[in-house]
Amino acid sequence: MPHPHDVAVVGAGPAGLAAAVEAAEAGLDVALVDAAGQPGGQYWRHFDERHAAPGDARGLPGGPVFTDLRARLRALSGSGRVRYLPGRQVWLATRDDDGTFTLRTTATVSAPVSAAASVPVSAPESVTARALILCPGGYDRQLPVPGWDLPGVMAAGGVQALLKGHRTLAGKRAVVAGTGPFLLPVATGLARAGAAVAAVVEANGTLGWSRDPRGAVSAPGKGVEALRYAASMARHRIPYRTGTVIREVLGDGRVEAVRTAVLARDGRPAGPEREIAADLVALGWGFTPSLELPLMLGARTRLDLDGSLVVVVDALQRSSVEGVYVAGEATGVGGAALAVAEGRLSALALAASTGDPAGTAAIRRVRRRIRRARRFAAAMHRAYPVPAGWPRWLPDSAVVCRCEEVTYGDLRHAHADLGATDPRTLKMLARPGMGWCQGRICGFATAGIASCLSGRPSTAEDLRALSGRTPAAPVRLGELAALAEETGGGGPAEETGGSS
Amino acid sequence: MVVGAGVVGAAAAYFAALAGLRVTVVERGAPGGGTSSAGEGNLLVSDKEPGPELDLALHSQRTWREDLAEHAGQWEFESKGGLVVASTGDGVASLRELTAHQRACGVEVVQVAGAELRGYEPHLSEDLAGGAFYPQDAQLQPMLAVAHLLRLARGLGASVCPHTEVTGFLRDGDRVTGVITTGGDLPAGAVLNAAGTWAGQVAALAGVPLPVHPRRGFVLVTEPLPARTIRHKVYAAEYVGDVASSDAALQTSPVVEGTRAGTVLIGASRERVGFDRTVSVPALGALASKAIALFPMLRQVRLMRTYLGFRPYCPDHLPVIGADPRAPGLWHACGHEGAGIGLAAGTGKLIAQALAGREPDLDLAAFAPERFSGGAPGSSPGRPRDTGEARP
Repeated sequence: MPHPHDVAVVGAGPAGLAAAVEAAEAGLDVALVDAAGQPGGQYWRHFDERHAAPGDARGLPGGPVFTDLRARLRALSGSGRVRYLPGRQVWLATRDDDGTFTLRTTATVSAPVSAAASVPVSAPESVTARALILCPGGYDRQLPVPGWDLPGVMAAGGVQALLKGHRTLAGKRAVVAGTGPFLLPVATGLARAGAAVAAVVEANGTLGWSRDPRGAVSAPGKGVEALRYAASMARHRIPYRTGTVIREVLGDGRVEAVRTAVLARDGRPAGPEREIAADLVALGWGFTPSLELPLMLGARTRLDLDGSLVVVVDALQRSSVEGVYVAGEATGVGGAALAVAEGRLSALALAASTGDPAGTAAIRRVRRRIRRARRFAAAMHRAYPVPAGWPRWLPDSAVVCRCEEVTYGDLRHAHADLGATDPRTLKMLARPGMGWCQGRICGFATAGIASCLSGRPSTAEDLRALSGRTPAAPVRLGELAALAEETGGGGPAEETGGSS
Repeated sequence: MVVGAGVVGAAAAYFAALAGLRVTVVERGAPGGGTSSAGEGNLLVSDKEPGPELDLALHSQRTWREDLAEHAGQWEFESKGGLVVASTGDGVASLRELTAHQRACGVEVVQVAGAELRGYEPHLSEDLAGGAFYPQDAQLQPMLAVAHLLRLARGLGASVCPHTEVTGFLRDGDRVTGVITTGGDLPAGAVLNAAGTWAGQVAALAGVPLPVHPRRGFVLVTEPLPARTIRHKVYAAEYVGDVASSDAALQTSPVVEGTRAGTVLIGASRERVGFDRTVSVPALGALASKAIALFPMLRQVRLMRTYLGFRPYCPDHLPVIGADPRAPGLWHACGHEGAGIGLAAGTGKLIAQALAGREPDLDLAAFAPERFSGGAPGSSPGRPRDTGEARP
């Protein structure tokens, strides 16, 4: 086994990229593992650099922040100070007896493409390090709605990923629905790319963040961003229907329209209904952080303001597990600028803990920035909550888990007749979350349904029961078997014995 | 009063209610949330040597298949059959010897020549020497079994109290007269300890030692494969001969089977590491490696999920079933190690008969709770071969 790195950073999105660059520049020996073929994560997802014209910077939302970090990563990777491993996904993270960490990785479907990558032909499959900075990011949170299993219904982030990564329009006439400010860039991005956006359907109020002026003022840049989206919405004449939800996605074999309803004063979708024709429905209800690795390592978690399970970290991004730092959405959804700051802070704090006092002033500055951004994120979460009691709007026939085709009626039966009051028991009795996505899509909804059926609020324990996953990513049994040889688990010897 | 709503407690509650007893079930967490939800749902006769456990397994088979026949669909009972395979001539010979003894006890078993194995399982390795097919081996979905047995028990007047932990016993002198719980005192004429892997802790609250210990096992779950890729429960014969020890170290024997959902389940590892829930890299690696040795096509198949559980095992690998003379009023039905699902129905029926004051269908002497406290029947250390621990 090669000597351990000072730190392994998982994820090369805003948080991970900033963490890796900052740690290496502070003199640490860094490994950076990322599932994508090129750096940027979901937020800075961009076209395949191999096919881009020189200097083509279209679709780089991070602008100078991203291009700067990317350039520094290239330099550090070129000089061997960052071992950059794109196109690999960590499926197992363990803490060894001597306190070092081992990450087992497997190739992702997409091959590494980055110019920054100097990947040896036989890319190593495991990475050892004395500390970890986990920046796993998150993905769109989904709530089930009748018809959401029709082709043409996508996660808002998926629609945007196709646009950013492949310059591909997923439809000609779109409805973007759910809640939160993220719906706006998706809608305007579609419109700019030439799609007709029939409506943005927002469950909460317009410009909800003005409800919490303290939070909004604390991040003035965000106000400007909001105005820009509002202007873009107006320019593309995109109707913004607030206080409204999709009741049903309609279509025969694929999406043809959505039926919306206005939320009444009591919060139920009892108001006027409307049918809107569309061939693409992009849904997003905020974000779900990816917690597989922190949970696998035993990090403490809590319920955040937006109802997500997040990792508990202290003022220096340290989790409850010694040597494990966590940055970005996994500590609380808050956007790219906050993630960059948290990534930087975790690297500076780690460097300081190994005896580098140079970062003290920088730590103070970045912590101030984080506090401000957290206040803004909190204001956002308060302004764009998932509507209370949403499970009660579902008909029994609505599919909740698309992988295993489990309906709301199945879950109601497991609750009422079989006594399931928690999401784990629901899962064991009715199979939501047992399929391909392992509950990544339906886990939040299943937890919400379990608590709603039992007449209590969702708890961190509800979400924890559906968020821990080993392996963190699918891995071939052949790769797993190779571990037996490496660890002397007795497998190969007996295999030989068995065939003799 | 049944303590523990795992599959054994649920079966006992159902049969006791059926026998006309007034039944309350208390469960510390959610019903089925312990070991019952962490296995593969095996009902096996193939892995048992002649003796009290095989007698219990055969009795339990009849109970699942006959007494509970009308409900079998509720818990996805599937009589899929088990295929035991041996890779060497010696392995085949000792398997043949075992099957002869089993057949004499009433186990249905068919010898399978090496060349015929792939007729049963087309994807099996070509390196195998022979095997045996056990048509009685079956499978069910344990959590559904727990939930429906409790539902049926409720229909017969039983009450079920989840999230209620037993913290002590009500006593009248030596006599156990009920339980003290986080939900208050619950008096009862008899208290049945069906707390599975935690049964030793419950017994300790009544002041009686009961050596039930956790033995950890992992199960691997693959991506869904086309239907009938793997048709039976398939496992290697060698382990029947080589797991005689109660070793604390990691042991793995490949047990591979397909499920209705298309996923393939791979067990079985066993380690004595207390209630440690940390993922064990050697255990996962060895399971994968040995499953691939049986089914080479699995090498390219992806692992989707793993889970782990803690089998309740006793030093002699037999369950504890019956009244405890050391604490009158306290009964036990626990310690079924990796065979709890299969043995649950029979155990529930037998203990209900005993609780109702009737003669049980099967002599329970070998399962006596006091057998560990020196010199009692059944405590003989030299059971020839330990088959119990090899089950998932």
